[in-house]
Amino acid sequence: MAIYLDKNSKIIVQGMTGAEGMKHTTRMLAGGSNIVGGVNPRKAGESVDIAGKSLPVFGSVKEAMAATGANVSVIFVPPAFAKSAIIEAIDAEIALAVAITEGIPVHDSAEAWAYNVEKGKKTRLIGPNCPGIISPEQSNAGITPSNIAGKGPIGLVSKSGTLTYQMMFELRDIGFSTAIGIGGDPVIGTTHIDALEAFQNDPETKAIVLIGEIGGDSEEKAADYISKHVTKPVVAYVAGFTAPEGKTMGHAGAIVSGSAGTAQAKKEAFEAVGVKVGKTPSETAALMREIISKL
Amino acid sequence: MDLFEYQARDLFEKYGVPVLAGRIADTPEEAEAAAKAIGGTVVVKAQVKTGGRGKAGGVKVAHSPAEAREKAEAILGLDIKGHVVKRVMIAQGASIDKEFYFSVLLDRSNRTFLSLCSVEGGMEIEQLAVERPEALAKIPVSAVHGIDKAKAVEIATAAKFPAELIDAVSDVFVKLYDVFKKEDATLVEVNPLVLTTGGEIVALDGKVTFDDNAEFRHEREEMERDQLDPLEAKAKEMDLNYVKLDGEVGIIGNGAGLVMSTLDVVAYAGERHGNVKPANFLDIGGGASAEVMAAGLDVILNDPQVRSVFVNVFGGITACDAVANGIVGALNTLGARASKPLVVRLDGNNVEEGRRILSQFNHPLVSLADTMDGGADKAAQLANK
Repeated sequence: MAIYLDKNSKIIVQGMTGAEGMKHTTRMLAGGSNIVGGVNPRKAGESVDIAGKSLPVFGSVKEAMAATGANVSVIFVPPAFAKSAIIEAIDAEIALAVAITEGIPVHDSAEAWAYNVEKGKKTRLIGPNCPGIISPEQSNAGITPSNIAGKGPIGLVSKSGTLTYQMMFELRDIGFSTAIGIGGDPVIGTTHIDALEAFQNDPETKAIVLIGEIGGDSEEKAADYISKHVTKPVVAYVAGFTAPEGKTMGHAGAIVSGSAGTAQAKKEAFEAVGVKVGKTPSETAALMREIISKL
Repeated sequence: MDLFEYQARDLFEKYGVPVLAGRIADTPEEAEAAAKAIGGTVVVKAQVKTGGRGKAGGVKVAHSPAEAREKAEAILGLDIKGHVVKRVMIAQGASIDKEFYFSVLLDRSNRTFLSLCSVEGGMEIEQLAVERPEALAKIPVSAVHGIDKAKAVEIATAAKFPAELIDAVSDVFVKLYDVFKKEDATLVEVNPLVLTTGGEIVALDGKVTFDDNAEFRHEREEMERDQLDPLEAKAKEMDLNYVKLDGEVGIIGNGAGLVMSTLDVVAYAGERHGNVKPANFLDIGGGASAEVMAAGLDVILNDPQVRSVFVNVFGGITACDAVANGIVGALNTLGARASKPLVVRLDGNNVEEGRRILSQFNHPLVSLADTMDGGADKAAQLANK
């Protein structure tokens, strides 16, 4: 088991024939993901050889699903076209759509999300502006390096890509059921809470690491959710204590406005519900190590 | 990007939102000419992006062009909460009957848009929300359907506008949503929206924030922007994701989250070393190429406050050997300009090869750290010498 993505997942790549799409399709294949094709309306009917595998290119997500039985799409389409790509995936009712693209206008992601809600949320959207999701030794849908850590009992959910990698690296001797990067944009599909719920219900996941950062109130809501619904041990890390007010720290969503969205407030929200918060990534890993040793 | 009031006013006018005449002036002479062109009583308003202008003496009424000149002279150069006034707007005077409030914004928490509206305008909305929450209507707005006439009437009704005004204000709301949508704004706020004694609805003051991610589909090169710190301007030219801070340890890393975390870890380490702090945020991205590394180092080494640099990279998409080659290339390019000690921490893919490359390079200013915490400590210690 794992959450959202496992060895049976059949993956298509929207934007597979672009530079980023090609590069990461190659990496995902090398990491063992079952990629079954790509989507590009201008190259429909062609096939592309990637890492010794001939991958068919389809005109739409719907066609690709009908022909291959794909249930996951990874989206590498550039920002200007990403909204249509996500909406296409939603219209095709694919089970999981992972939008890697960074720099999508927030009106576009808000519209895509509202559209998904109107359609009854038949598609689980992860991202945008995220590294994707990896269930080590099973499947990888996104740009997380496949070889950082193996399979294990920890579930990881993070707003940040490189902190996901860092935390997987710190705990590589223990391993992960699934690590999911939900993205640093103001409007995202899957939230901390969604992942917490799925990890709570996943028998393979024994403990959870949650990584947050400044901006928004996702961490505060997650803390509230943990206190009510999560019985598995959770440790948290929050980045951005030194971030000044009003400056965007890389991620479009990482900004402290007034008293809202500070790292301190998020840390306090977690501690108030008994979730230990590491001061640094290494301290967070040490807290998790202690929990795992007692399981 | 936040707009200046005059920019918001001009934008509103373009979309048919009723506004009063307004002209900008950078000198008292220009203010006098603007007041003369507008005629009658005018208001001289400081163009700064901060609240409380009125209390700070940044908004003054003038009854003649000569008086407008005097008032502009007093306002130009004022320091309002750290913002020095370089420009004023000369706005046509209005005879106000009632003041209202309207905004439409991105509601991050609920992943939708939200309209806030009240018949009690004029005061700060945060204050109204706390003191008289019942007077503030909060209506979710679908990002798919937006604000059409029916939605606008719903908002005006919820805000308890008198029946005879609902038609007129809802027309204005529809136009303001048009601004929000077509301009890719994350906030469009009118405070106050007024009813004049002549019975007209007018947007008297506005705040607009644009989404930086949407810049590619708008022509905004000519717009006046905030003065950037010179290092930030240089970094922007080189397409670097850089924020200047007020410390001594220069920071370079890959990925926004890891860099933010690095700043925190350096700040903690600084507590043990004379309270040194991070000097900047600089994310060279998942790719971390040699060119970007060189450009980044160049910006950081140009910061006179910087006394040491901490390079913290997790080799993921770009493996550590490529990052190490990037650092070597950058230091060769910079030559004598690389004059401050550099602590490098590499982890992840091909870390042994990356460390080997740097050890072999054997640059007198470069030292390697095994862990993020260790590297932060070393860099803080070097900055405290």
